[in-house]
Order: sequence, then structure tokens, then C-alpha cells
Amino acid sequence: MVSVEDYGEYETAWCPGCGDFNILKAVKAALANLAMPPSEVLMVSGIGQAGKLPQYLNCNFFNGLHGRTLPPATAAKLANHELTVIAVAGDGDCYGEGGNHLIHAVRRNPDITVIVHNNQIYGLTKGQASPTSERGMVSKIQKQGVFNNPFNPIAFAISQDCSFVGRGYAGDVQHLTELLMKAIQHRGLSLVDVLQPCVTFNKLNTFKWYSNRVYKMEEGEYALDDRVKAFERSLEWGDRIPLGIFYTNERPILEDNHEILKEAPLIRHKPETGRVNRLIEGFT
Amino acid sequence: MNLDLTIKIGGAAGQGLETIGNVLSKSLLRSGFFVFSTQYYLSRIRGGHNTFQIRISDAEVRAMDENVDILIALDRTSVDRHLDEMTDGVVIVDRDVVELGSDHDSIFHVPMLKIAKEVGGNKIYANTVAAGAAIGLLCLGLDPLNEVLKGMFLKKGQEIIDSNLRVAKAGYDYVRENYPHGCKFNVSAPEAKGDRMLIAGSEAAGLGALAAGVQFMSAYPMTPSTGVLNYVAGHAGEFGVVVEQAEDEIAALNMALGASFTGARSMVTTAGGGFSLMVEALGLAGITETPVLIFLAQRPGPATGLPTMTEQGDLLFALHAAQGEFPRCILAPGTPDECFYMVADAFNIAEKYQIPVFVMSDQYLADSLFTCDRFDTSRITIERHLLSDQELRTKHGDYRRYKLTPNGISPRALPGQEGMLVCADSDEHDEFGRIDESQENRIRMVDKRMRKLEMLREEMNPPSLYGPRDAKLTLIGWGSTYGPLAEAVDMLNEDGHPTNLLHFNHIYPMPAEKVKETLARSKKRICVENNYTGQFARLLRAETGIEVSDRVLRYDGLPFTPMSIIEALREKQVI
Ligand SMILES: Cc1ncc(C[n+]2csc(CCOP(=O)(O)OP(=O)(O)O)c2C)c(N)n1
Ligand code: SF4
Repeated sequence: MVSVEDYGEYETAWCPGCGDFNILKAVKAALANLAMPPSEVLMVSGIGQAGKLPQYLNCNFFNGLHGRTLPPATAAKLANHELTVIAVAGDGDCYGEGGNHLIHAVRRNPDITVIVHNNQIYGLTKGQASPTSERGMVSKIQKQGVFNNPFNPIAFAISQDCSFVGRGYAGDVQHLTELLMKAIQHRGLSLVDVLQPCVTFNKLNTFKWYSNRVYKMEEGEYALDDRVKAFERSLEWGDRIPLGIFYTNERPILEDNHEILKEAPLIRHKPETGRVNRLIEGFT
Repeated sequence: MNLDLTIKIGGAAGQGLETIGNVLSKSLLRSGFFVFSTQYYLSRIRGGHNTFQIRISDAEVRAMDENVDILIALDRTSVDRHLDEMTDGVVIVDRDVVELGSDHDSIFHVPMLKIAKEVGGNKIYANTVAAGAAIGLLCLGLDPLNEVLKGMFLKKGQEIIDSNLRVAKAGYDYVRENYPHGCKFNVSAPEAKGDRMLIAGSEAAGLGALAAGVQFMSAYPMTPSTGVLNYVAGHAGEFGVVVEQAEDEIAALNMALGASFTGARSMVTTAGGGFSLMVEALGLAGITETPVLIFLAQRPGPATGLPTMTEQGDLLFALHAAQGEFPRCILAPGTPDECFYMVADAFNIAEKYQIPVFVMSDQYLADSLFTCDRFDTSRITIERHLLSDQELRTKHGDYRRYKLTPNGISPRALPGQEGMLVCADSDEHDEFGRIDESQENRIRMVDKRMRKLEMLREEMNPPSLYGPRDAKLTLIGWGSTYGPLAEAVDMLNEDGHPTNLLHFNHIYPMPAEKVKETLARSKKRICVENNYTGQFARLLRAETGIEVSDRVLRYDGLPFTPMSIIEALREKQVI
């Protein structure tokens, strides 16, 4: 049996009331519910308040660079696909600094889960606009208000045929836990965008703001592999913001593309130096 | 050395120079000669002026020569540009195809196109005719060329092989029957063929990686590092290597670190521009103590510089790249055999010390073909330095990825083992890998990481000495300049200038005491480098306090030749 306690209890550096606490709760609950022993879980994160999440968990982790969450996560899965690999990022980390990696991670489709704490702001660097900030939001840098259009991660992911696309909300731990469980169980790259109020710097998108808008999509409203319907739904943002699974598909995963991984994880293959003798022959 | 001849093939990109060049090089190796071949090419796929130069000898050759004995000119530019490099040689030209401005005694018409069409039935065989003609001028037997052609076209079927053999013979016969002065280069193939191979630095490095059990490679293509990437990717399936073409170099090194952290022997290949993008992840390797091999093939910069030419301009960049301080190791092979063995050593160093290790090559070493003794795989060992299952059991519950140890090396375990967790962090962390920003911890951790450098320093090889021990003049070089320097030393000694060479291939950390001892005997030291600022000389001074008397520097995009070194020494009135 695996329990939530197995995932430990740590003192955090987050502000009291931050949405990140509930995401941490949901992650622990999802892993415990799925009976995953901590030693088989590898969390990979970048830098930001979101990126610190693995620090507050009992499990293997690789906390790397800002924006660079997905490349090591992808490669870690290739090196040992028996690990459950979960990438944790902020919206700045995943959609800003690491946007290019997201595009290509979706194309590669490794069997990993990507959880993005989307607080529509840069938390750790104290309140600059993020790629998902609303137009017009004023910050110390964007004095006249944000000019750029907000990035729509859900629409983006569906447009690129991402294998699993969902949205959760840090104000609803129960729903988020279930969503994360499905995402982790899904074979292929799962992107879960989590609406996360930053109580310190984002005075616009508060718990109240989100709570007044979010609603849960009904299961069976449309077939989840219907990309066009899913895309339509992904454009809904404003007075009503849908939560849940938007889209899934059964694309082949990156690990399947490597014959060698079929027998055993890469790291368990024993190299044999002498095998290059045949190649050396070709140079004589 | 009784025999020393150079064959140069000149033409435009897209004319198939490389193919004839490779066929001839290999045929001459099979005939028993020592062969050394280099290419000069521009960054374009068609047109421009390119050359492929082959030097053959009955004794070891380590560099290219500036005089040409046989020129195969596939276009007029080749004649115009290289006629004055000819000793008293022969220029093979198909005058039906190439219109020449002026006539010259050494020009000898071989109707390559006509023969190709008549004997082979297709103009594509013209280059094989040229290869046959060159062998004919040397008055060697045709068998080695035939064997090479057979091997090369094996996959294309018997018909293609037969046509190639027929046209090669026709080219050969034409020369033997029509060359007005009988057999001009009456060379005889050496009797002992030796167990030798002809290989470029890139291929040798790729072979070394496979022999050393590389498991994961990620890269973004960039000349001149792509050769290694191609070579490993070409054999990835059969050797069980996962090769991933990353979206950029940032991803490439971050991927290699993710794979390495999880337990795969990992490497990246890149050139200066790509390495610039990897710099942040280099620091990540440093603080997370994740082993990785960075194969850095240099080319002239800055920015994209001269994409297809050579330079040793990235040494101090590799040494100082990334913010903060952490241990790293730099190796620079001088020859393909060093590439082969050194890549394997580099993996072992990376895993033993849990640091990033550079293997620095350059376009010249990457692309030139060298004659080497057959590589001996029994000299390669794979040392992973991972905790054994037994050791793991005793650590149960108290595994510290960054345990403070006297030599700074912490026990390395992999994630996925029951009862233990492996945590790595780019922020300063405690022994368990959890963030700790306290001053005491910071000092402990920096000290721990840096201690590794002192132990590694002791393991690094001092420079090799070539030539007489007590010479008046000592040339100092590093990496790929080994060949031209060694030949220059031979020539200088023959001319009565006692000279030796101290060549470094283990660059950093420098075993300062050993280096000082070795250099203590030298009277006049000249550092020879393929760059403008004398980067190695600076490193040598920083590490040992030793000043060189002067520098010979070249940064025109071309490699040194032995003659160019000697001329520079003359100009500086050193000799
Ligand atoms: C290369 C680089 N650039 C900038 C930073 C500074 N930085 C740290 S976190 C961060 C943004 C954090 O925003 P987000 O990813 O949305 O995470 P949050 O803190 O809001 O959870 C930035 C810009 C950095 N660490 N590295
Ligand atoms: S700054 Fe915002 S995101 Fe960061 S911990 Fe505080 S509330 Fe949370």
C-alpha cells in the first residue's frame, strides 16, 4: 500500500494561500491513489515557484534549469521507461522560456505527464507578465498593460495533436486529483494546465476570479478524440472557463520507436566493446 | 622516407571529389602505403572550388604537403589555381570537357568522359576512370583499386561493380599506353602491408563512443561535429544507442543530462555556435554532478565564422563557459587513434568524477583521413562507478547523492531502486539534494565539488615528448596540430636544428608539477596554435607560471603544414 504520507511532508517556501499548495496535495493524492511507490517516480522540474514542487515530495527528482523541464524529462524516460516521469513547470517555464521544447515534446510524444502551474504571472521573479497573462494586465515591466495576446496552451496542444490535453484548477483538489490520475495513466504525452492563483502578485486572476468562471465539462459531451470539437472547446475563455479533459488520442509513443527499449530499459543493456571490431574491419 | 607523393583532386562541389578521393586513398592504403588525406571545401553544396589531397609514403605521414605531384583537374579553376603547386608532376585533365587557357608541359589529356561513355555506358563513371588513370600514372597494380570498388558498390549490384571495374581498367590502360614519358612515377608498393586502417577523426571518435558503450546521444547538427553524430546514428540500432536529434543545442545537453542522471552513458556533439547555447546546461552538469561527454569540434568563429574550415579557437571558451565555478575536464586528441581511445577515457573520467568532460576536435582532425594502426578494443574499459546492489542495500534509507567525502566524489546511484531516492538540484543543495541556501552548506558543497579537481589533476597525462630530449628548441602544441608539428620537428632535426615537440592532449586540469618538470629542460619554447590569441600558451602560464618565448599562430581557416611552421620559425628568426 502506498499512502499520501509516503510522499512526505516538507516545509515550503511558498506564500501562505498560494495555489501551489493544492496542486501539491493533488499530486500526492494522485500518486498514492495510483499506488505508485516513490522510488519509481521521477519528478523533473525547471525553475520558478512551480518548479520547487518536487522539493516538497519524497520521490526521485531532477530540478534543472528555467524553461528546460521537458528535455531532461523526455530523455530520462528514454533512459529508463519503467520510471513514472512527471514534469512540473510554471507557465513562464513551459510556455515562455521553454516554449520551443513544448512544441517538440508534443511532436515526440514520450509517455510523460506535464503539469503546468498556470498562474498567468511570474511568481519567483516577483510579478512580471507571463505568456498567459491577460491583455491589459499592468505590471512593473508592462506599465501600460500587456500588449501581447495570451498564449492558449490548450488550443495549442490540441492543434499539435498532443496525446492528452486537460485543464485543472487549484481551487478544486478533488477534480484535479482525478484529472492527474488519468493524465499519469494515459500512454503518451499528457499536458495538464492547472489554473493556479498567485495570491501575492496576480491581483487580477484570483481564487474568486477563477471560481466564478470555471465549470467542469460533462463526460461524454463529445468524443474525446474529436479534434475539431476539442479545439472549439479550447477557445472558450472569459466568463466561462471549462475544466477537464479536452482531448485524447492514441498516438504511438517515443519509446516504442526504439527497438532496443522493447527488451528492457536502456540503462539495463550491457554494452560490449568487442562488437566494434567488425566496424573497424571496414576501415582497413 | 624514400617515397613521398601528393595527389590532388580539384573541382567544384557536386563533382564527386570526395568519392574519387576516398577510393584512391583506400586503394593506396591497401597497396601498403601510409596515406594522409585532407579536404578543403567551401560551405556550399554545388559549385565553388574544392580540393581533396592525398599524400602517400612508405613511411609514416602525419600531415599534408604543399607540393603536388599528380593533379586531377575536374575543372579549369583547378588548373589555374594549382599549376604552380606542381613539382615536376602531371596534371590529368579531360580536355574534351575542360577548356584550358594556356598549355603547359605537365598537362596530360585523358578522355575520361569518352571512356566512361564508351566502356561504362554512362558519363557517371568518369571519376572512376580518373581513379584508374591515377593508379596507372603511379604504375601500381590495379587489384587494390578493384577490391575497393567492389566493396564500395556491393549494395548496388554486380552490374554496377562490373562497369566500374571495366572503366577503371580502361583509364589505367589509357595512361599506361599514352603517357609520353613511359612510367613517370615508377613506385613500388611496400612489401609489408601492416595491420593498418585509414580513418577520419570523426569516425574514430564515433567508433570510440560505440566501443565505450555510449547509450544516449543527443545533438543538433553543426559542421564539423556532424560526422560523429552521423557515425553513431548510423550504427545506433545495432549497438542499442538511443540517438535523438534535439530541437536545439539547449535541449541537446539538457537531454543528455536527463538521460545520464537516470543512468545512461550520454554524450552530445557540437561546434562552437551550438556549444554557446549549451553553456547554461554545462553549469547544470557542474552543480548536479551529472557525468556527460561533450564532443566539441571547433571551427573558426565568432558566430558562424568559417563553417567548413579549421581553428583551435574555443579552448578558453570551453574552459570558462558557464556561470560559477565547478570542475571540468578537457581532452584534445591529436590523431584518430587518440580520438578513439580518448573518447572512451573521457566517459570513464566523466563517470568517475561525475563531471562534464570535453573532447575537443576541429575540422582538420574531424575530416582528414589518417593511417593508423588497427584500433585495439581490448585496451578499452567501461568503468561506470555506480554503487553496486550490495552497496545499495547497506545504504538503505540513508542514501546521500551529494555525500561529503574526502575526495569529493559522492556515491552515485540511479533513480528507480527500491527504498532509496535520488535527488538532484540546480540550486545549491544539501547532501540529499534538497535546497539549502545557508553559507555553511554553500562552502561545504563548493569545497566538495572542487576537491575532485585536485584528484583528477594527478591522473592527467603530462605532455608527450617527440624528438631529442635535450633540444635547443621546443615546440609546444595541443590537439590536432600534432601531425604537422611532429613532421616539422623531423625536418628541422634533419636540417641540423635540434628541436623537440611537447604535445598536450590532456589539457585541463593540467598536472602542473609534472608539466613543469618536463618543460624545465627546454631552452627556447615556441607555442604553435591554430588561433589568434595563443590560448594554450595563456592556459599554460596560468596553470604553471611558465612563459613561452614566442608563438606561431595561424587563423586563416587552414591547418598548419610542416612547411608553414618552419617558415614562421624562420621569419621569427628562431632558426
Ligand atoms: C535562464 C533564466 N532566466 C531567468 C531566470 C529567472 N526566473 C526564475 S523563475 C522565472 C519565472 C517564473 O515564472 P513561472 O515559470 O511562471 O513560475 P512561477 O514562479 O510563477 O511558478 C524566471 C524568469 C532563470 N532562473 N533562468
Ligand atoms: S509568489 Fe505567487 S506563485 Fe509564488 S508562492 Fe507566492 S503566491 Fe505562490
